[in-house]
Amino acid sequence: MASEPAEPVRPDEIKAIPVRRPGRWVAAALILYLSAALGKSVATNPRFEWGIIGHYFTSSRVLQGLVTTLELTALCMAIGIVIGILLAVMRLSPNPLVSATSWLYIWFFRGTPVLVQILFWGYISALYPRLSLGIPFGPQFVHFTANSVISPFVAGMLALGLNEGAYMAEIVRAGIISVEEGQTEAAQSLGMTRLQTMRRIVLPQAMRVIVPPTGNETISMLKTTSLVSVIAVTDLLYSVELIYAVNYRTIPLLIVASIWYLIVTTLLSFGQYYLERYFGRGTARELPQTPLQRLLRTLSIRHGV
Amino acid sequence: MVKAESVHKRFGRLEVLKGVSLEVQPGEVVCMIGASGSGKSTFLRCINHLERIDAGRLWVDGRLVGYRQSGDKLHELRDAEVCRERSEIGMVFQRFNLFGHMTALENVIEAPIRVRKLRKRDAVGQGKSLLEQVGLTDKIDNYPAQLSGGQQQRVAIARALAMKPKLMLFDEPTSALDPELVGEVLEVMKGLALDFRTTMIVVTHEMGFAREAADRVLMMDDGRIIEEGTPEHFFEAPREERTKQFLSAIL
Repeated sequence: MASEPAEPVRPDEIKAIPVRRPGRWVAAALILYLSAALGKSVATNPRFEWGIIGHYFTSSRVLQGLVTTLELTALCMAIGIVIGILLAVMRLSPNPLVSATSWLYIWFFRGTPVLVQILFWGYISALYPRLSLGIPFGPQFVHFTANSVISPFVAGMLALGLNEGAYMAEIVRAGIISVEEGQTEAAQSLGMTRLQTMRRIVLPQAMRVIVPPTGNETISMLKTTSLVSVIAVTDLLYSVELIYAVNYRTIPLLIVASIWYLIVTTLLSFGQYYLERYFGRGTARELPQTPLQRLLRTLSIRHGV
Repeated sequence: MVKAESVHKRFGRLEVLKGVSLEVQPGEVVCMIGASGSGKSTFLRCINHLERIDAGRLWVDGRLVGYRQSGDKLHELRDAEVCRERSEIGMVFQRFNLFGHMTALENVIEAPIRVRKLRKRDAVGQGKSLLEQVGLTDKIDNYPAQLSGGQQQRVAIARALAMKPKLMLFDEPTSALDPELVGEVLEVMKGLALDFRTTMIVVTHEMGFAREAADRVLMMDDGRIIEEGTPEHFFEAPREERTKQFLSAIL
């Protein structure tokens, strides 16, 4: 066109009347009413016995139970992750006997209830009173009695850890499969061995897929450890059970345990967020902000900085 | 540098290579063209033993690929030996295949450190100068997701060069790139061919590159090499009807 390039005129900012949304107000009012009702009943119902809760919340027996629960969670997840990686790699092995072994393990441990497995390990000495190391049908070198090696704590740890391994195996396998074939090929073409390729290239990238469900498993494990109370391991739940068996303050003590479980799962969720952020590096153009960074940014915008 | 004698490769019942014979001299640049499915990429992957061949023989630098011959028996090489063979051959892929969790520099120094057992300091020095050679000095700390396709492919070339390979294989290195990014990758490859006299086998449809940098051009069709010659001969006066058809379709 031949006309002079006109100075572009910036149109006025749009100032429209927003759509009315009465539904939102109704929903908000309803939620407000319900939470007020709930709050009042929790605060005023004397049977909650908030005083008792406060008294036992940091009592040494409860705290010891909490430590046992945390130890058990950490150990079981460690066992589960190691077994899970091993089983996942075995499952993907070209050797049919190796991959079938992995399949069989997962079939067995996922196919029976974990509570039954805990009871089994708890009563292992009924099945194998004596344990020994040696050559099958040949000489035995070391003997133990089952009860001396497998304490209730060890039984619970083995049951939950071995069971977790079966679930972790599927999670790790999904992660490994999610890494593009091209990554393996590129590593191989550079002369990296199978082990190097797995450890340096595939697993770190599989972590992005593995971490979120593993965090989930850890949180789930924290609560599942309460099942070991059936074989008399003094975890958090069994500790409060022992206390209320004597003083009959059942509800307040169960609330004590629940609050502790909630606190730990909250902390674990934070940890999971940062782990995901770490293993997600390289996949997005920018790392997502941490909650602290987000808070600071919001504040600085509010102040118009 | 590379010698192939009647190489055959089957995938299930589909025969992809039906007797490929080829000799590539040290310092020579060979371009392979042909329709998709004609077996070019498969042949490259066989040279690197990413695929195992079913019949024929393949040598790189005088050594049989993937096997050891004693008398008239062939023994499969052990994994470690296959890895050593592969480490001498650089490969650049169509889809770059950069390690996504590593920065450009980490991509380049990984194999020299793990495979060649270079000290980290030396590998970093070498990696930086290679990234400079491909024009990416300011991108060494970027992750692949933060780089354009052309930049990623140049990092991939630097990564392959970091192993000081005797032979470079390029599997359609510019086919996945936006048109305006093809030039920067071809420039780097031209530099390798003309300035460094690197032995290269390049599967490509970039006729300009073939014309300028290749010593020889091969046409593959249906698992065989049906025509070969200098770029001049190839583009000015192809003999085979199939070659004429293919060239007129892509030019």
